[in-house]
Amino acid sequence: MTTILQHCLTGISLGGAYALIAIGYTLVYGILRLINFAHGDIFMMAGYFMIFALASFPWPVAIIITLVVTTVMGIGIEKFAYKPLRNAPRMSIMISAIGVSYLLQNLSTYVFTAIPRGYPELPYLKRIFRIGELSASFVTLLTPILTIVLVVILMILVNKTKTGMAMRAVSKDFETAKLMGINIDRIVSVTFAIGSLLAGIGSILYFTDRMSVTPFSGTLPGLKCFVAAVFGGIGNIPGAVVGGFFIGIVETLLIALGYSTFSDAFTFLLLIIMLLVKPTGLFGEKNVEKV
Amino acid sequence: MSNILLKTEHITMQFGGVVAVDDLNIEIPEGKITALIGPNGAGKTTAFNVITGGYQATNGRVTFDGHVIGENYPRSKMKKIYNGTYKTLNERQVINTPDKITRLGMARTFQNIRLFKDLSVFENVLIARHCHIKAGMLRSTFKLNAAEELMMNQEADKLLHTVDLHMHRDEKASSLPYGKQRKLEIARALATGPKLLLLDEPAAGMNPKETEELALFIQEIKDSFSLTIFLIEHHMNLVMDISDKIYVLDYGKTIAQGTATEVQNDPAVIRAYLGVEEA
Amino acid sequence: MKIKRNTLLTTITFALLVVFLYWLSANRLQHGMLVSVLQKGVIFALVAVSMNLLNGFTGLFSLGQAGFMSIGAYTTAILIIPVKSLDGVYYMNGVHPGIRALKMMVAESPAFVQSVFPFIALLLGGLLAAGIAAIVGVAVLRLKSDYLAIATLGLSEIVRAIFSSPQFDRVTNGSYGLNKIPNFPEMAWGLIPSLLTPFIVVTLCIVFILLLINSSYGRAFKAIREDEIAAEAMGINLFKHKSMSFVVSSFFSAIAGGLLAMYMRSIEAKTFSITLTYDILLIVVIGGIGSVTGSILSAFLVTAAKEWWLRFFDQPLFIGDWQVPLFRTGFRMVIFSILLMVVVLVYRKGLMGSTEFSWDRLLGRFRRTRKSNGGAA
Repeated sequence: MTTILQHCLTGISLGGAYALIAIGYTLVYGILRLINFAHGDIFMMAGYFMIFALASFPWPVAIIITLVVTTVMGIGIEKFAYKPLRNAPRMSIMISAIGVSYLLQNLSTYVFTAIPRGYPELPYLKRIFRIGELSASFVTLLTPILTIVLVVILMILVNKTKTGMAMRAVSKDFETAKLMGINIDRIVSVTFAIGSLLAGIGSILYFTDRMSVTPFSGTLPGLKCFVAAVFGGIGNIPGAVVGGFFIGIVETLLIALGYSTFSDAFTFLLLIIMLLVKPTGLFGEKNVEKV
Repeated sequence: MSNILLKTEHITMQFGGVVAVDDLNIEIPEGKITALIGPNGAGKTTAFNVITGGYQATNGRVTFDGHVIGENYPRSKMKKIYNGTYKTLNERQVINTPDKITRLGMARTFQNIRLFKDLSVFENVLIARHCHIKAGMLRSTFKLNAAEELMMNQEADKLLHTVDLHMHRDEKASSLPYGKQRKLEIARALATGPKLLLLDEPAAGMNPKETEELALFIQEIKDSFSLTIFLIEHHMNLVMDISDKIYVLDYGKTIAQGTATEVQNDPAVIRAYLGVEEA
Repeated sequence: MKIKRNTLLTTITFALLVVFLYWLSANRLQHGMLVSVLQKGVIFALVAVSMNLLNGFTGLFSLGQAGFMSIGAYTTAILIIPVKSLDGVYYMNGVHPGIRALKMMVAESPAFVQSVFPFIALLLGGLLAAGIAAIVGVAVLRLKSDYLAIATLGLSEIVRAIFSSPQFDRVTNGSYGLNKIPNFPEMAWGLIPSLLTPFIVVTLCIVFILLLINSSYGRAFKAIREDEIAAEAMGINLFKHKSMSFVVSSFFSAIAGGLLAMYMRSIEAKTFSITLTYDILLIVVIGGIGSVTGSILSAFLVTAAKEWWLRFFDQPLFIGDWQVPLFRTGFRMVIFSILLMVVVLVYRKGLMGSTEFSWDRLLGRFRRTRKSNGGAA
């Protein structure tokens, strides 16, 4: 019993990181109807940023630098690779996203080489705590709490602020929002900023447990987090969080049971089943296309 | 008495909580021109979409050429929120995809022209003949159906001549002027060899002269191709000129039907279009 | 007259290519790199054209090519690895007895059967992929374009997991991969040397795809790409035609996969990762979505460039005593990625756009240059 609980704890920690990344996907898809294939690689780059930041700066400064650089990079990618294609057919912008992902991976391989780089230890995070018979590192306990706090803040932002209302308007009806005077460029930048920031935080939590970063560390988690977003209902923030936790826990349990090769396949199987049975996800809304 | 080619019985279309079409009962006589008019948002295009299989009706039955092509009744979630005037015809379901219905002899045009933009004028019409192809993929690929292929090409060319678009044969469809694009869309629908042709606002965006030409055009093709025509239109002149029978829709409900004169003098129609006078 | 001239030009070009390939076959030892670039290029040409059929002509954004290639590659490899090598390949857990039995049967069959067997293996790989595509398509093809992309990507990963799972390692050798795969067989009892085999197979496949595109069904595919709702209203059954395109594309991707297995002589599940699909997408985009000749040209260009640039950008470069910065391992892939972004953002039509190569346009260009040079007196 304790082993199961122990694994659940690890699963929740992984799930929290996934949840934060999934939010980035769901936000961008809600606004631009784009699957940001590069999001997972932004998460990976954040890992590398931290490695280098911590080599030269004390840890509070390093965290801030990492998060700022990641956020700026996310905004920059949107301006450079997605904005010019806003009026192009859907396939073009998706190919651009794939292209950015490709570029980031190859750039990382070139600059950092493909050899795994050790992720530095942030003080306090790896300290072990004991609760009854379970033991967990501080980061394992911190992740879900931090995730929930961040999501609550985000929901307040989206539902109670003017910017949030603008974001919701744009995701419902892009053209009309533009006509109503909403500055689309700014809203899109804000969306990418939030998504990248959360991905950056998620990467700190994820890599602390994982120990090393490679240029391809972001691909699979990225895809899985997209599945999490679909599972919860694409465009729906709490749904993405639920999806992230769900996939994190199941994946951890599968690996613990010895089916590690299938843990990745499971996530994709889940995706296909979701798309067939309930494409709008757990909490999503239906969209009827008018002829 | 004409044979009734298309009949709808108690067709109701409800989206979520909104009833877009309520208890539509129309009969379209063969060989005649029937029109569906009404203010914007009255549910006309929705009715078209139900008839052609684009939407599955929430309730009711559509019969075409003697066969039931669509039928439904409120089930599961819809059962609780159903707001239509007429409750359940009977508990039967018949679903057909739009392509099946087209092959049965019904073709349509669209309110916002949906041509195959990047393909040539000729290809647009030729593709519409594909639905009657007898050869399978392999035979067609290896050119073993040369005779059939030749016939399709000839029919497409002939059609283009008939609608006077042949000079634009190899131009891209999107490069045609607006009026000719509308004509091309009609020609494409004709190429499927229909008995019933549904035209969704064919005169949209046209000036009075073009509308007059269109009226003549519609009557010509009706006679040359032995068609029955069902059209949605806002241009009252066009409708009153050529329609044999008119149905008027307002907020999804049928508020009047009859000949042009009858409908023009119907107080309910006048109220719907012009509003009620302040007392 | 014009049609006859074009046919003549095309036939002459092909004849020249065939002669060139025969010469190359006789001199292959001195030109090893050229041979390998051309063979790899032609294999990628086939898979690029199949991807273009699905994505460019039918408008279905599928990212599952690597998965279908792997089905073809594994099927072909498993079938053609010689009996005597079996123990060496499946050294960990031994091979499945059924496979061994099948191979012994083939080894004992007449020479004619043995010489055709590799082609049968290719065909079987294709048919298996086609079957899987037909089944999977029922589920996946009704998804909207963005979801279709992710779903097919996911399927590709699921296939990869199955091939590398320990549960199947008596058949697929799990994560150890398969090696000792024989190279291309010769054809026509030695009349056609093995070097030419991939070219002939690929040419036949691409000819089929071209014929399909120019048939009534190909036009239906294009209609679906242009406007699905209008296509359906014109009587085209969406699912049947999308499935057709998906199945045909998967069939040929698998054949390309089988050829790749023969070319590389050893494969593992990692060979068919998502990156491979991205590589093929890059080739299709650079060549022009919607152009078969574009895909073919691009496949050769990209493959050649990658090999050549491997020697140029990836090694340190010295000008006199000064080492040019940036030139080291991995640089060529960065250049490639930038190139792809440039095409996607600026030269969106790629090399050929959505049009095919035509002698008329090529010669027309020469004529115009001549006129402007010698023209106005």
